[in-house]
Amino acid sequence: MNSKRKNKFFGMGVTHIFLILISLTIILPIFWMLITSLKKTGTELTFPPQWIPNPIVWQNYLTVIKTLPFLKFLQNSLLIASLCTIGQVVVGSLVAFSFAQMKFPGRDKLFLVCLSSIMLPDAVLLVPTFIMFSKLGWIDSILPLVVPAFFGGKAFYIFLARQFFKGIPKDLFDAARVDGCSSLGLWWNIAMPLSKPMLITIALLRFLAEWNDFMGPMLYLRSMENRTLAVGLFTFLSQYGGEWNYLMAATTMMALPLVIIFLFTQKYFIEGIATTGLSGR
Amino acid sequence: MISPWIIYYLVFIAGPMIGAFVISFTNWDILSGPKWIGLANFNELFHDEVFWVSIYNTLFYTVFAIPLHIATALITALLMNIRSRFVGIYRSLFYLPCIVSPVAIALIWMWMLYPDFGLVNLGLRSVGLPALKWLYDATLSKPIIIAINTWQFGSTMVIFLAALQDVPGELLEAAEIDGANLLQRIKNITLPMISPVIFFVLVLQTIYSFQVFTYAYVMTSGGPSNSTMFTVLYIWRNAFDYYRMGYASAIGTILFLITLAMALFLFWLSKFWVHYETD
Repeated sequence: MNSKRKNKFFGMGVTHIFLILISLTIILPIFWMLITSLKKTGTELTFPPQWIPNPIVWQNYLTVIKTLPFLKFLQNSLLIASLCTIGQVVVGSLVAFSFAQMKFPGRDKLFLVCLSSIMLPDAVLLVPTFIMFSKLGWIDSILPLVVPAFFGGKAFYIFLARQFFKGIPKDLFDAARVDGCSSLGLWWNIAMPLSKPMLITIALLRFLAEWNDFMGPMLYLRSMENRTLAVGLFTFLSQYGGEWNYLMAATTMMALPLVIIFLFTQKYFIEGIATTGLSGR
Repeated sequence: MISPWIIYYLVFIAGPMIGAFVISFTNWDILSGPKWIGLANFNELFHDEVFWVSIYNTLFYTVFAIPLHIATALITALLMNIRSRFVGIYRSLFYLPCIVSPVAIALIWMWMLYPDFGLVNLGLRSVGLPALKWLYDATLSKPIIIAINTWQFGSTMVIFLAALQDVPGELLEAAEIDGANLLQRIKNITLPMISPVIFFVLVLQTIYSFQVFTYAYVMTSGGPSNSTMFTVLYIWRNAFDYYRMGYASAIGTILFLITLAMALFLFWLSKFWVHYETD
């Protein structure tokens, strides 16, 4: 009995050491990013490393904002991410609801087709989609990035919503039908209010994905005022290559909003991801 | 009510897919109209050394990154299945690298791996080891990107954590009473019971791995010596830097075929190791 308890403590100890080591690989780069962002130009590269910047230059952040239209980038990121999220949640759930609770011929086959599009690499569609948008004259606007979201958005989120809607008892809908409720009404008045946690999860995930998206904005947003934070950060890198204190300040500013949102909404992320994995059959 | 999605599918997926296939057979530089050149693009691809390098790079990445990523996520999830009040903190912390933008992560690691004075090299030098060239070294560039992908194991770990909750405790206890040790319990009960989830993760990760782009674009631009020229990056280069839409489309078509073959292979393979509940 005694050796079993010792074994258990040993196991716990080793586990914690392992977990702490992993934690360090995450904390250290982030910490170093913050430290570097506050260093005076010319003092970033020292041997041995300077763990506390001396002097601490908060100015760096202001310099970054003044050098590139950072606030504009922020605005653009916010706009695109918000619009996509709205489209995804509203139209995506509409589509998902049809797949889940409405009956029509070929419904499940069509859903399978929808699902299979998750497996399609975006890169394959890159060229023709670009050509299509270019013929429409939509290059250098947010339209190529936002409009698809209003037609249902990514199949992944439709899948999430559909799984959830399937779980709502049919009787609720049958009863409403008897009372004369239309299909649209079923979706808006019954399904949606019951799905708030799921909708929040989808909203958060989509917002996150759009905010972090690089390839799309890089391709379609050409002029400086239209760029998002992701592209702006890259622009900063290409134009101010060697100035790492400013680069780190810019990086911090880009990463920070999401980290803050994440800290307050962790529950939805973690539970949302978990249910995805589980319903992935 | 799903008509919006049908439009989406036709306009944004099916249409472009057919378009991509057709464009593969053309010579198109966007400024003038497309010119039909038959199989010439594919012929050129066959002799294009960079193309084959890109396929090699992508497959290299897939073969190494996926097992590493899944193993790390799985092992960590198994470890985190302990009842500790710190689990929540660890979980959120490990998830963090998944929510920060890839561009930001690229920059952070470029800085950490800066030659001579980056934190990693400073660490190496302080214990007497030589500083490495990291991203400027053709043999290290891919492993670095693979390592960063592994560093982002958090989201997969969360999926596994949830799946592990579904493994009935009584089964594990019964096995323990019967004398099965930890490793045996994991191998014979836990793993088979979560195998559908592992499969799901495997398929998704494989699809994603074929799409490596941002890190290669931001950190190394496909170098050094094309060691990080992944197929998607090569498509991008041809389409948007060289304006060879037809050629890029041809590469895309090949990528699609490889992805399809891979997916079918994985599904076929799953027969042998995935245990579904009576479904």
